[in-house]
Formats: sequence, C-alpha cells, structure tokens
Amino acid sequence: MTVSEISMTTAAPTVRTDAVDVADARPRIRPLRILGTVVLVLVAFGILTFLVTNERFEWPIVAEYLFNPSVLLGLLTSILLTAVAMVLGTSLGVVLAAGQLSDYWPARLACKAFVGFFRGVPPLVQLIFWFNLAYLLPRISVGVPFGPEFFSWSTNDLITPLTAAIIGLSLHEAAYMAEIIRAGILSVDQGQHDASAAMGFSRWHSFSRIVLPQAMRVIIPPTGSQVIATLKGTSLVSVIAMGDLLHAVQVIYNRTYDVVPMLIVAVIWYLVSVSILTVIQGKIEAHYSRGATRAAPKATGRAAAAGTSTDPVAPDAGQAGTAIDNRTKENQ
Amino acid sequence: MNGSQTGTARGTAGAALATPVLEVVGLRKQFGDHTALDGIDLTVNEGEVVAILGPSGSGKSTLVRCIDQLETIDGGAMYLDGDLLGFEQGRSLRPLTDAGVRAQRRRMSMVFQQFNLFPHWTVLRNVTEAPIAVHGVPSAQAKAAARDLLAKVGLSDKADAYPRQLSGGQQQRVAIARAVAVEPRVLLFDEPTSALDPELIDEVLQTMKALAATGRTMVVVTHEMEFAREVADRCVFMAEGRVIEDRPADEFFRAPETDRLRSFLARSMRANDERRG
Ligand SMILES: Nc1ncnc2c1ncn2[C@@H]1O[C@H](COP(=O)(O)OP(=O)(O)O)[C@@H](O)[C@H]1O
Ligand SMILES: [Mg+2]
Repeated sequence: MTVSEISMTTAAPTVRTDAVDVADARPRIRPLRILGTVVLVLVAFGILTFLVTNERFEWPIVAEYLFNPSVLLGLLTSILLTAVAMVLGTSLGVVLAAGQLSDYWPARLACKAFVGFFRGVPPLVQLIFWFNLAYLLPRISVGVPFGPEFFSWSTNDLITPLTAAIIGLSLHEAAYMAEIIRAGILSVDQGQHDASAAMGFSRWHSFSRIVLPQAMRVIIPPTGSQVIATLKGTSLVSVIAMGDLLHAVQVIYNRTYDVVPMLIVAVIWYLVSVSILTVIQGKIEAHYSRGATRAAPKATGRAAAAGTSTDPVAPDAGQAGTAIDNRTKENQ
Repeated sequence: MNGSQTGTARGTAGAALATPVLEVVGLRKQFGDHTALDGIDLTVNEGEVVAILGPSGSGKSTLVRCIDQLETIDGGAMYLDGDLLGFEQGRSLRPLTDAGVRAQRRRMSMVFQQFNLFPHWTVLRNVTEAPIAVHGVPSAQAKAAARDLLAKVGLSDKADAYPRQLSGGQQQRVAIARAVAVEPRVLLFDEPTSALDPELIDEVLQTMKALAATGRTMVVVTHEMEFAREVADRCVFMAEGRVIEDRPADEFFRAPETDRLRSFLARSMRANDERRG
C-alpha cells in the first residue's frame, strides 16, 4: 500500500470485479489420505481373506452352534447378570458417592474405605472369595451383636454360584460407579447448588431434579464403558461354574473339541450385545444434552440446520461435553 | 405480623409506619481465621430498597449469602419478620433442622451474579418449579403467573427457550422473574449486573427499577452508582466486613461523612463512567 492510497480515506471502497466465488471450489486433493485409504482397504481385504479362507475357523460349526439353546441361555445369563450388577452397583454407587461428598466425616471415611477396597481387589479374586465365604463364616445370622439372633442360615445354602457372582460383580461395580457419579456431581457448578438451596428445594429434590440430570452428561459415557466392561466381566464367573455365555461354549467345546469355532460364537454374541449397548448409550446421551448447548433442541425443529448452523457456538448436540462452558466463558 | 402487607408508596413511607422485614444484628462470619463480617447491623423495612456498596472483598456477597443461609454464621443474629433465622430458642439456642432452614429460605429470594438458572429446564420451568414443587401452587395457575411475570420482564416469547439460548441480560431477567415468582418477603441481589456486557446492563436495571416501584422489599449489592442513587431508599457502605455508613440515598451521595466513602464514590463514579461510556 502506498502513502497516497492511505490518504484517500474519503473515497468509497470499490468492489473488485474479478472476485471468485468459493462456492464453486472443489475439494482439496490430499494424496496422503488417498494412500491411507488404499492401505486400509488392503488390510481389511487381508483380514477378510484370512477369516474366509482359513478352514480352521470352521464357519459351518460356528453357524451350527450360534443359536444353540445352551449358548443362548448362557447369553441370557450374562445379560441378566450384567443388568443386576449394574442396577445394584449403581444404586449402591449413588449412596457411596453421596457419602464421599458428605460433610459428616465418618460417612466420608467409610465410603472412601469401601471404594478403595472394592476397586483395588481384582474381580476374579472377589468372585472366588465370595464363593468360598463359607470357609470364613460358616453361618450367616441376623441379630443383635452379642445378643439374641433372629435369623440364621448356613452360608453354603446362601452362596451359590449365582449369589456369589451377583455379590462379587455388584460390589466391584458399586466402587467404580461411586467414582463416576462423584465426578459427575462435582462437575455441576456450585452456583446450581446455591440456586436450588436458595429456592428452598429439599436435598432430594435438588439432587434428583437439578444436580443429577446435569451430572448425567458427565456420568453416562464412562457408565457406558462400565456396562460393557461388566458384560465382558461376566465371563469371569465361568470359574465358579456359573452358566454364563463363556461357560456355555466351554461346556460344548470340552465335549466336541471345537475350541476356536465355539470361542468365535461367544465373540459374536459379545460384540452384538456391546453394539446394541452402544446405540442405547448414544440415545441416552442425546436425551441428557438438553439445554447444554445454544442449539435449539431437536424436538422444536429449529435445529434442522445444525450441521450448517451459522451460530459459531452451536456445536453438534451429541458432542455437548466440550460445549457446556460456552455461556460461562462469554459471561466472564 | 402486623403492619401493611403491600409496600407503602415509595418515598412517602414515614418513619412511624416502618415495619422491619429484615433485621441483622451484630452479624459475624469467619472463613478460617479471616473475619469476613465483623459485627454487621442492618435493618430493612417493608417496601424499602437498600443498596449495599463497597470495595471488592468487603463482605457484601458474604452478607447476602448469610441472610439467605447459604453460609453458616459465627455470631450475632438475623430476623425475618421477627423470626430468628437459622436457630431456635428452646431450653438452649440451637441450629434449626434442615427442614426449618428450608422453610425460612422459601420466604426470601436471591438473584445471583452468574444468574444460576437451571440449564436443563426451559425458561418457563425455571420460573414455575419453586411455586409448584415448594409452595404447592397448582401447575396451571403457576404457569399463568409465570407467563405474566415473563411478560413483565419483557420475555414473553422466550418461555420455551433454554437458558443457554438467551443473552446474559435475558438470563438475568429470567432469574429475576424466578425470584419474584415465589412472592418473597425480601429479594436479595448479589451484583446482578456485574457479569453482563455493558450494553446489557440497562435492561436488567430497568427491570429491577420497575420491581422496586411495585413496593418490593429489596437488598441490592451493586456497583451501579446511578441505580443506587435513583432507585434505593438507603445506601449502605461496607469495608472490611463492617458497615461504615448507612444513610438515605440522597445524603449518601451528596454528603458522605467519612473519607473512605468519599474516595470510594470518587473512584466508583470514574470507573462507572469509563465502563459505560
Ligand atoms: N468461601 C470462602 N472461603 C474463604 N474466604 C472467603 C469465601 N468467600 C469469601 N471469602 C472472603 O471473604 C471476604 C469477603 O468476600 P465477599 O463477601 O465475596 O466480598 P465482596 O462480595 O464484597 O467482594 C473476602 O476477603 C473473601 O476472600
Ligand atoms: Mg461479591
């Protein structure tokens, strides 16, 4: 720019006539990506050929046993066990999380000790331990310590593979869920606690209606991983002869010696279940992202253009985790 | 409770008619070994607007948070309509149960610097939740009242929006509607415009001014000198956890008694002018 141009401040700016329109632009050519795509296709093809041509996979046997009733029963057992462990573990986890955040220190100490212990001991060790509880505690009784007993059972009657599996998995789950829920609660702004206290909401009302729904956005993703880990973790119960999916295929291959195809059957079912869980997780996440971003919720139909939104702070609602602070940053 | 329930017309309230709504007597608050409030005395009468001014860190927020029992207190006492706040006198003086504290909090409202709207609820639900869930107002009635209030703060078209879709000024006006919806005996404001961009401050101040004109009892912590002079009946100057001056608004600005207030006013006026252009 020359001095004379700078001094021409009063002249109206002219619009150049030879300007291009970037709307006509074509995608950039990216050679490395093309190369990458070729490599990935080749790798995928190699894996596929290995799976199809290697006769030791014995796909006909896989197909034969995929819907075998005892396999399906094992699958059902694994799923139910996961559900029970998650429900019990989450319920206990909420209590443990609240306890750890309590201003009553004995509760805090007890909950921290519980979480520390059950998070620290491997689940396999816990399962075997609970299964052998009768060795430590031959009878379980309810009553006043050093006083009268009201009920009493033989531990061996109570602890079956099923109860040992439920206790072991639930307690392990509770310890992890406690930490996940605690992190979620801590992620909610202190101002929300202040506002709900100031409005005179009861503790339960503030927790269940205000804190927890907002904490959910932080709680759900790791909980999804936790459900998946638990589903896979149910395979541990085969060591105490609980009839889960892995145990079901083991029983079959111990008889037929088709180890690899039977393991493939189990793998297929684990992957199918996990995929379904992942879809469900996505739906729940979308539900709890309400109000988390500036984008209008889908239900109102105003977010139709979300992908091409002109609002610079309207990221995709599904990735709300990083977007939650937009408002607060603006307001500083 | 005796005395007039609706506020007397602003400026004409004679001293003889004054009914104290909020009384703070010798209030002390410690944070560890730091004394945040060092014997605060403050009385707020029915229908009065009291502005609290003072340098940052002087304990203004702590005072209103103590009044709303968001902080525990270490000495002195507070009364709302003559009822001791936070404690009960049985055979000995003991803290109230949580339920007792909640019942008292329901008789006042707070508007926060950071708005603190509930982001997962629509504007309408933010305003109706407390009336419905805490005060037992029938849902339809609470919704109608909330829509009226939203219209009064100029947001009738935002009832179904979520807080994050609103500007800061709009959010704060929703917060004011939420605070008024429970018909509180006293409204507490903690720097309601300090988090706002300069061009959004006036809409909120206008809303508060309109509220004051309806005879609400208000305690407003603020840095807005113009607002304090125009709208407040009384201004209180705090420094280092103490009340330094507590005077009618016109005297407060016209004839400050202490050097501290004089220099504070001079500094604040300059800062206000710079900020607001
Ligand atoms: N939660 C807290 N913990 C420790 N100190 C605090 C806390 N809140 C406020 N204080 C201290 O109390 C004093 C008064 O704070 P505050 O009431 O926020 O002042 P103001 O609102 O007038 O700026 C300050 O010195 C501040 O550092
Ligand atoms: Mg403050």
